[in-house]
Amino acid sequence: MSKVLLEARAVAKHFGGVKALRDVSLSIREGEVYGLIGPNGAGKTTFFNCMTGLYVPDGGGFVFDGQPLVADAPDQAAARGIARTFQNIRLFANMTALENVMVGRHVRTKAGVLGAMLQTKATRDEEAAIRQRAMDLLHYVRIEDRAEDLAKNLSYGDQRRLEIARALATEPRLLCLDEPAAGMNGTETAELRDLIDGIRRDGTTILLIEHDVKLVMGLCDRVAVLDYGALVIEDVPAVVQKDQRVIEAYLGA
Amino acid sequence: MKKWLNPRSAFGIALISVALVALPFVAAMGGQAWVRILDFAILYVFLALGLNIVVGFAGLLDLGYIAFYAVGAYAWALLASPHFGIHWPIWAILPIGAGLACIAGVLLGSPTLKLRGDYLAIVTLGFGEIVRIFMNNLNAPINVTNGPQGITLIDPVMIGGFKFSGNTTLFGLTLSGPQKYYFLLVALAILVIIINLRLQNSRIGRAWQAIREDEIAAKAVGINTRNIKLLAFAMGASFGGIAGGVFAAMQGFVSPESFSLMESIMILAMVVLGGMGHIPGVILGAVLLSVLPEALRYGVGPAQTALFGKQLVDPESLRMLVFGLALVLVMRFKPAGLWPSPERKRELAEKKA
Repeated sequence: MSKVLLEARAVAKHFGGVKALRDVSLSIREGEVYGLIGPNGAGKTTFFNCMTGLYVPDGGGFVFDGQPLVADAPDQAAARGIARTFQNIRLFANMTALENVMVGRHVRTKAGVLGAMLQTKATRDEEAAIRQRAMDLLHYVRIEDRAEDLAKNLSYGDQRRLEIARALATEPRLLCLDEPAAGMNGTETAELRDLIDGIRRDGTTILLIEHDVKLVMGLCDRVAVLDYGALVIEDVPAVVQKDQRVIEAYLGA
Repeated sequence: MKKWLNPRSAFGIALISVALVALPFVAAMGGQAWVRILDFAILYVFLALGLNIVVGFAGLLDLGYIAFYAVGAYAWALLASPHFGIHWPIWAILPIGAGLACIAGVLLGSPTLKLRGDYLAIVTLGFGEIVRIFMNNLNAPINVTNGPQGITLIDPVMIGGFKFSGNTTLFGLTLSGPQKYYFLLVALAILVIIINLRLQNSRIGRAWQAIREDEIAAKAVGINTRNIKLLAFAMGASFGGIAGGVFAAMQGFVSPESFSLMESIMILAMVVLGGMGHIPGVILGAVLLSVLPEALRYGVGPAQTALFGKQLVDPESLRMLVFGLALVLVMRFKPAGLWPSPERKRELAEKKA
């Protein structure tokens, strides 16, 4: 059994009286595709937001790669190696696709204001490397021909891909995808599946929130089910699919 | 990566250079007042490009930008005038002015980091007024700023033995004070343009734009938005400080009156009207908005006399009326600014060539 990359320990979060997360504990192992499913409003995205530092949990916490994650510090989560995409795509709309991915390199590069003003050799080299890496990533998600288009002018599917490329640019160890297949047709979903599969084979652990049950069951090594903010079950897809509580809560009888 | 100048842009640059050199002499034909108007136009280009970093790149609406200009101006005024009997050289004061403005920028930036849009605008507006009122009242118990009377007899810019005020004859050519300042200001403006261009296409510049576009996504990709925003404030403020120093030296006089809210609004209008975040647009906006009111000042009065035979409306108020109308019309028909940044497909085309 490979080692645990991310562990959630009794994570709780409430908004006023609404308990969005009730002591959710789960663990994601290195190298796996981990699915997180549940009905709308089950707390999946809230879990994501707590993990990536956008929300501060009201209880519990996360351990990433043996070290606790600082709550309320999204940039540090990214620096530690957690990258994410958003359920409702959040690209830098008025920047080109290439620039979007180049921004993703920010956390792994270090040129400052002085370097930029003086255009030192180190800065120029780094800039060239950033550009090259960004182009490679666009190629990887197969939208390299849209590199110079503004992000807002990309098709929906390409925007999803661009967001993944931007997340990959941060060199994540854990890539969190929030409903990447939402709104996609069958062909696009199949392509997305290949892409996610490829990312996993290249050594990145993936946490996948998804409504498309077929996609999740086919792709994930293990699946967790959330319902009303509580963890129902965490197991391999074959077991989860047959679990009576899951069928009642989510899949529908 | 290196972009070589193609013949066309080399020709363009040559043409602009010749125009820039000839301009103060042409303007001098209409009197030194026009050279001074030119000086201010370039000073505003400098200021607008400084503000462009904060508003255009990072998307932080700053209505108190003039405060940094004031800090720079007063730094120069206090360190190079008989007021305290201190007469330091430019190499000392200009960095001090920029540094103090930078500190002021961080002071303003740090408590306002979580604010955006309108809310940030209100706080910065208040900050600008605070600084002005501070300058106005800091003549008691210890007389630091000399209050509303302002500080007079400020030293002009001196580089080596070369004085920027009064007439100088160089190679048989007589240069007036404003003409000399013109060249100094052009040099500074070119410097700030280069810095703007280089920052725009840098790691930091992209981070600013990312924050402007979507702050949450920017955080999620690992940008420390707090530091990067502070950096924008600090950089913009430093440029304001430098501009203020040159302003004080050029005028020989500063008083709190020069740093009113109207000035902040004017500079912001230059950035917005020209085309936020687009450097040539901002330059255009700055030149237009600084020269236009002056042109109207000289044009509105005589035009009335010519049309109606007498002055119907006070030229001064009509000037602002026409000016305001022009602003409204531009914003109505070109909401992105007069010269917004083009849809960018440039680089791919360049590389293929």
